[in-house]
Amino acid sequence: MNKSGFSNIQSEYLAIIDHTKCVRCKRCIQNCGWGTYSFGGDKILAEHEKCVACGRCYTYCPEGAISIVKNPTVIRENNNWKEAHIKTIWKQSETGGIIISGMGTTLKYKKYFDHILLDACQVTNPSIDPLREPMELKTYLGKKPSKLDIDLNGAGEATLKTKISPQIELQTPFVFGAMSYGSISLNAQKAIALAARALGTVMNTGEGGLHDDLVPFGKNIIVQVASGRFGVHRDYLNSGIAVEIKIGQGAKPGIGGHLPGEKIGVDISKTRMIPVGTDAISPAPHHDIYSIEDLRQLIFAIKEATNYEKPVSVKIAAVHNIAAIVSGVVRAGADIVYIDGYTGGTGAAPNIIKDHVGIPIELALAQVDQRLRDEGIRNEASLIAAGSIRSSADAVKAFALGADAVAIGTAALVAMGCHVCGKCNTGNCSWGITTQRPELARRLDPEVYGERLYNLISAWGHEIQEVLGAMGVNSIESLRGSRERLRGVELTDAELNVLGIKHAGL
Amino acid sequence: MMTIDASGMHYKDLNRTIREGILRGVKKFFLENVNGQYYIGDGIKGDDVIININGVPGNDLGAFMDGPTIIVNNNAQDNIGNTMNAGKIVVKGDAGDVVGYGMRGGRIYILGNAGYRVGIHMKGYNEQLPVLIIGGKVGSFFAEYMAGGIIVLLGLNGEDYSAGDYFASGMHGGVIYIRKKGNFAKYSKEVELYESGDKDIDFLKKYFMEFAESFNLSLEEILKEPFYKIVPSSARPYGHLYTSM
Repeated sequence: MNKSGFSNIQSEYLAIIDHTKCVRCKRCIQNCGWGTYSFGGDKILAEHEKCVACGRCYTYCPEGAISIVKNPTVIRENNNWKEAHIKTIWKQSETGGIIISGMGTTLKYKKYFDHILLDACQVTNPSIDPLREPMELKTYLGKKPSKLDIDLNGAGEATLKTKISPQIELQTPFVFGAMSYGSISLNAQKAIALAARALGTVMNTGEGGLHDDLVPFGKNIIVQVASGRFGVHRDYLNSGIAVEIKIGQGAKPGIGGHLPGEKIGVDISKTRMIPVGTDAISPAPHHDIYSIEDLRQLIFAIKEATNYEKPVSVKIAAVHNIAAIVSGVVRAGADIVYIDGYTGGTGAAPNIIKDHVGIPIELALAQVDQRLRDEGIRNEASLIAAGSIRSSADAVKAFALGADAVAIGTAALVAMGCHVCGKCNTGNCSWGITTQRPELARRLDPEVYGERLYNLISAWGHEIQEVLGAMGVNSIESLRGSRERLRGVELTDAELNVLGIKHAGL
Repeated sequence: MMTIDASGMHYKDLNRTIREGILRGVKKFFLENVNGQYYIGDGIKGDDVIININGVPGNDLGAFMDGPTIIVNNNAQDNIGNTMNAGKIVVKGDAGDVVGYGMRGGRIYILGNAGYRVGIHMKGYNEQLPVLIIGGKVGSFFAEYMAGGIIVLLGLNGEDYSAGDYFASGMHGGVIYIRKKGNFAKYSKEVELYESGDKDIDFLKKYFMEFAESFNLSLEEILKEPFYKIVPSSARPYGHLYTSM
């Protein structure tokens, strides 16, 4: 409720046009999804308050005539009452609403990956040349047997008696995180699907169902079942390589999701299997899962419906007591546990949750890996770590902390042009990623950006091979859970203890 | 036709036998001595497949089911018709908690009472219209987040209230019909209550007839009292809650 249209909140950015360079081609008007630019008869005009610094206009300005600058007009500096606090109070006093935004938290918390250093060989053990030697990145996700029974026949030939649970074979230890059709455009999903197939890895439908165009990519798709059960039916469960039950998400642990009715157009209505224009509300919990036993019941309901041919993954947010929770999830029968740290991305989440709920993936992962080992059930499930994996270095550290694979979401969007403006919830993405507006979505060419995603993950794979070689190991398997290859810097004893690593120098 | 003696059988073996039977073309299954086996009819397909159950089936009966008919001649347990897409489930007794969670199509008819969390997040889509009719009463958290489809509470057992607390919280689609109004103050703030018109009853008649036929009841008995209908006040109950910076 805002009786006066007047807002205290001034533009965060200024879109400055150099009129001596501008040739009035109006490409900025066309490219901006926010309506910042208009033509004033003889020159381009900018409404600064609409600019979100998504970078589309200056990237596509042929004359380099646009600069986006932080509004130099200051809100008086105060280390206690920060600009964000003041602006949020204004916004909420004007609207009475919960502040939501897209992407992960923007607050400055300690990033543990940035305080962990890797080991390398010197003199006493040789490093391996990754250009000459094969470096194995292949990864299998799924339940591993705790022992193998083998039959030997008279001729000494061995046959495997143990029935191996279904596995996902990945050629690279990177998977694409769950991003639904609805949160991102179909073209963005297609780009990811093309890359997943070319890379020999998997993408994840998120909870928005599976669009017909993606059905041929089934071997490279994990289909998700969330509390809203959108688009979930028997054939959907059987159309991917695995099924994931989404319990939580790092950016918004403990709360549900909400795709507003105005984003449910004809096509999204078809994949979600709900009427056009109705809200797609995912309740906070699955209301058929109130316990570990209930989770087990759904895991096996899915296994029954897929004839025990698909691994079942359970995605949870990293929260306090995560180790005990994951132990329960594994005992409930999950083949894969996907743990999402608090810095993970989202299409939309309340800032109060995003900025203040959950724990870092590094700490969660270390504790979970240790707990599962201590309980002798680490082989029962694979671990996928996520929550802003920003580089191959983050990934390598995650493997050494115990992850079998890492998932990337935001990094994949950045490869498609995303500037992490955090406005995904508005549906105006100028890059055609988090929008359903046809004129914006169609500018994202799946072939072009599928190739860029392929390039990114290939490059990260090569970087990991370099690091493995330097450490003197020739497979990612040899690095998994090998915390002896990690050292901490600028960390307290408590932090080192949780991470299970030594301080650098020791 | 296939008769399976389920006594002492693990659910995995029982359900595999049914699945394999369907693959071989069996249309009618008679399950005898069922005693709590989970997942009967889970994820099966085929509009002409009928499973007749003697004994009490376990949780997740007909989960993800897409077409077949299941008839239970006794009580049934929790999670009946979980995320069901099409088909029919008839229970000639009481049902447990969580009936028709996320159900998108088909019909579920319960003769007796059902427990808590019934009809949560039921949703309709195009020609798919899930219909859930409860002969008796239901517990709390009924029809939460209901997004589509039809639920009818008949209250045939003559009790005063046909539903518990937290009635239809977050409901944003579909219609609930009740034969006994109860205390409207107990209903969620997201819904409105009206008296049903002839059009409603005409529309419901074919489902009532099927219900009556399933349990040897008379249609007149069902229709002898007036119906009220409950609809959401908004398709976007939480639209005003959020704001973007």
